[in-house]
Amino acid sequence: MSQQPTTENAGSRREDSGRQPPYLYPDYVSTRLRAPEKPLIILPKTLSDTTGPAYGRGPVGELDHDLTRQHAGEPLGERIIVHGRVLDGDGRPVRGNLIEIWQANSAGRYTHQKDQHPAPLDPNFSGAGRCLTDGEGRYRFITVKPGAYPWKNHPNAWRPAHIHLSLFGEAFRSRLITQMYFPGDPLFGQDPIFQSVRDPEAQRRMISTFDLEATEPEWALGYRFDVVLEGRGATPMERA
Amino acid sequence: MGAGYTPSQTIGPFFHDALLDRDRSELVARDHRSATQIRGAIYDGAGEVVTDAMVEIWQANPAGRYDDPEDDRGDLPLDEDFTGFGRSGTETGEFSFVTLKPGPVPGPDGRPQAPHVMVSIFARGLLRRLVTRLYFPDEPDANAADPILSSIEDPALRDTLIARDEGDALRFDVRLQGENQTAFFEL
Ligand SMILES: [Fe+3]
Repeated sequence: MSQQPTTENAGSRREDSGRQPPYLYPDYVSTRLRAPEKPLIILPKTLSDTTGPAYGRGPVGELDHDLTRQHAGEPLGERIIVHGRVLDGDGRPVRGNLIEIWQANSAGRYTHQKDQHPAPLDPNFSGAGRCLTDGEGRYRFITVKPGAYPWKNHPNAWRPAHIHLSLFGEAFRSRLITQMYFPGDPLFGQDPIFQSVRDPEAQRRMISTFDLEATEPEWALGYRFDVVLEGRGATPMERA
Repeated sequence: MGAGYTPSQTIGPFFHDALLDRDRSELVARDHRSATQIRGAIYDGAGEVVTDAMVEIWQANPAGRYDDPEDDRGDLPLDEDFTGFGRSGTETGEFSFVTLKPGPVPGPDGRPQAPHVMVSIFARGLLRRLVTRLYFPDEPDANAADPILSSIEDPALRDTLIARDEGDALRFDVRLQGENQTAFFEL
């Protein structure tokens, strides 16, 4: 058998560097009963994971990218434009790729049934959007800046303002769900979800930058957030 | 490895309206003559059923071809109506898919892989997705020869990847921790 069993222990090659979060990060209490304990098995690249659903097929509505125009009135809060590019590890644009986002309203409340934070719901804001990247890998959403919100992870725990993003990339192996944060948030230091990424450079890659060029006068502040996904990484030998 | 990539973060508990507003759990119609139902529960380390997870699947079609330009084996048919992608929540205590059994696909060194479905699990408390594979119980010979399955030394761990035939459906329960923990992969 040419294939030796390859496994890795709790500190995997991704985690060691602190550039990806570990499964077990005890400060984030929910990881304690959900992080796997056995070593992960290294999966060699095959067509099963170098292919994948770009999922540009589900219809995307014309206003799906504009979370401020999904209801009769405008949502309350600071109107923002969130835009950027989706690239693979070699800097190539990821085209025609579905991005899905969700977020709290400007008061820090999700429309979700299970969100019991006693902040007001906004009848003009649902907080869900989607769009496809264009030929240059660019995307653009219009929304309002989400508020910080409390959670029960530890006493007086608050999530920094964030927008959740879901991306497919070009292959099964490039699938990513992440969170985009805002520059200079005072809550980073006490947030175990943000801090689960240990490497400061990698932390920085989760923080959008204020973008004066994308800011529209008298209308909305611009934030830029580029996302870098793994590519297919297939080699001819593996395509046999 | 990993230099420059955007880090992963948990899906959190509030993704349903954005990600599950459309039902993508049926890859083919229930009354398709070859429809196969797959269902399963996810258990945490305390043995509790996880009801706030999202499960996604990716698979080849019955001919063993992936619906992606990267799979350019033009001699194998593609089926326009079958994308091979599915997504299900676990609010009811189980995820559920209606799909077609995939054909065998090429593996490392050109050895064939047994029919299998790629599975991603996202949930609150998972800072990165978990990746596993579902194999089929009616393929003992192909499973025994599968290069990925046979790279797992512990037979009990290997068996966690083989679904159980329940007559009307295949059951694929996932255990996140403990002695019977499911085998998970590092891509
Ligand atoms: Fe959130």
